[in-house]
Amino acid sequence: MFDYIISYYNYWMYAGLMMIGFYGMMAKRNLIKKIIGMNVFQSSIIFFYISSSVKRGGVTVPIIKHVAGAHGSHGVDVMQYANPLPHVLMLTAIVVMVATLGVALAVAILIYRRYHTLEEDEIILCMRKG
Amino acid sequence: MPGHAPIIVVVIPLISSFLCPLIGKLNRQWAYFWAVFSLSLSALAAMRTLWTVITAGTIHYRLGGWLPPFGIEYVVDHLNGMMLVLVTMIALMVAIYSRRSVEKEIADRTVYFYTVFLLQATGFLGIVITGDLFNLYVFLEIASLAGYALIAVGEDGAPVATFRYIVMGTIGACFYLLGVGYIYIVTGSLNMADVHKLLPSLYHSRVVLTAVAFLLSGLAVKMALFPVHVWLPDAYTRAPSSASALIAPLMTKISLYVMVRVLFSVFVPRLSFELLPIGRIMVWAGVVAILAGAVMALAQKDFKRMLCYIVVAEVGYVVGGVGLANQTAIKGAILHILNDAVMTVGLFSVAGIVVYKTGRHRLVDFKGLFAKMPFTMSAFVVGALSIIGVPPTCGFFSKWYLLQGAIIAGQWAFVVALLVSSLVSVIIFFRVIEIGFGFHGLQDEETEHEANAPMSMDEAPLSMLVPTLTIATAILLIGLYNQRIISGLIAFAVPRL
Repeated sequence: MFDYIISYYNYWMYAGLMMIGFYGMMAKRNLIKKIIGMNVFQSSIIFFYISSSVKRGGVTVPIIKHVAGAHGSHGVDVMQYANPLPHVLMLTAIVVMVATLGVALAVAILIYRRYHTLEEDEIILCMRKG
Repeated sequence: MPGHAPIIVVVIPLISSFLCPLIGKLNRQWAYFWAVFSLSLSALAAMRTLWTVITAGTIHYRLGGWLPPFGIEYVVDHLNGMMLVLVTMIALMVAIYSRRSVEKEIADRTVYFYTVFLLQATGFLGIVITGDLFNLYVFLEIASLAGYALIAVGEDGAPVATFRYIVMGTIGACFYLLGVGYIYIVTGSLNMADVHKLLPSLYHSRVVLTAVAFLLSGLAVKMALFPVHVWLPDAYTRAPSSASALIAPLMTKISLYVMVRVLFSVFVPRLSFELLPIGRIMVWAGVVAILAGAVMALAQKDFKRMLCYIVVAEVGYVVGGVGLANQTAIKGAILHILNDAVMTVGLFSVAGIVVYKTGRHRLVDFKGLFAKMPFTMSAFVVGALSIIGVPPTCGFFSKWYLLQGAIIAGQWAFVVALLVSSLVSVIIFFRVIEIGFGFHGLQDEETEHEANAPMSMDEAPLSMLVPTLTIATAILLIGLYNQRIISGLIAFAVPRL
């Protein structure tokens, strides 16, 4: 059981981080804390993708070495290289997440200008009063 | 290679979105014409693509010439060919419609409105056309982010509604991304067709089942399936009229399309319906969504909010219809994606006209509108009849297929839910019609005051009226030609079960 947990520790950490973010988004009353929770939540997914591409034991970045004079041996031994694709995907995902963060903060500013608070329950009170 | 039409459909709105602020700088009025122009080009390219699909079969467009599964591939078959035309046509209609409404509601931000509007269309088209799971996530987020921006500029309270939508929408998109991650871990591929080929030998793996769960629950948030629909009514009620006319019909329908794609083109139907109880879960989720949506729509006093809950109920129709897992029901469900998009855009554009004329969108604001705006209200009646499901409007035919499918599958709860929601829609819409004709003795001080004013024709401006009437005509035409749409397009999209 212990071995099981240890051998997959990266996935446990991603799940834990994700739940922390989820808690922040759902349970916190302050809008900025919600946004921070959202960011933790998204970061956990980056963590998940990146950790899935890790290999142990002397693997390097995927730069294919061409040996002069050797013909036809372009086949890449995948065991020699860390998988680059998840990293590339996450570059795109980070861009998306930064954009989401920007939009969320902009909306938070709009809310603050209108209600002069960022606490959700106070905003709801303000909205009820009209 | 059938020309570059598939990529042009997406690239035109994308590039014109970036050029829009520049053109708006020269002359603010031009932004509107620019948006209409680029969306018409995109619509033409979409029709050309659909025609190629009908005559020559599925199109595979390889971006940059990279072979799949390494490069990103755009795949257009009958299902998304139809969706492409649907999305571009609705975006074009709403763009034409939006001029006066945007000038009135957000006069100082028209240029940016059209910039984001085009970006929104790009996102929708990209989701529909792509054949790559990760690319779909990127477009899903482009569409969502543009949607947040469009909704946030709405009336008072819109930013709060948008914030809730951002939180929920991000959770949905992240779940989708996680599902894609799990699929990538087991198959090493992101191309839908490739994954479709690789997965069947891996169905015993628990990772695949986790992927199914994450993908579907993420999409459920995006499509506003009942328990996670809470972001939808506030956001779409408070959005500017033109924004809600664009987003309300399309965002949910496109998520439904992605669900159909994921179930049939990424996984095989055998996994979805035989190895897992997804079908049963979906039928019950559909039943609950239909009933809850109908009941909550009945309780609303605000027209746009009522339409939002109707959208929630309609999502239940499609989810349940796909879950019934027989050919008739799936035909009905896919036809309903098309129909509901057209009906919803029709009703939301009527709501926009009412907002333009009265400044509000409560039900009592409809008082006497039949006398004032006979053309708008006839478009409203067509849309309403279609939601209720009266032949020959298109809503009848998809409901008919869904009913037949439910009876074949022996899912009586779904049959009951369909009939109950149709009856509830009768009550909902006839209440509005009653107010509109002024039969209703509503005791409201403001309207009482206005009612004393003499009634005269006060029709909406032509730029709003023509698209609305075109959509109403489309509702009737889709109903009349539903057989041809089904045998020519939808029949190819239904998997062999």
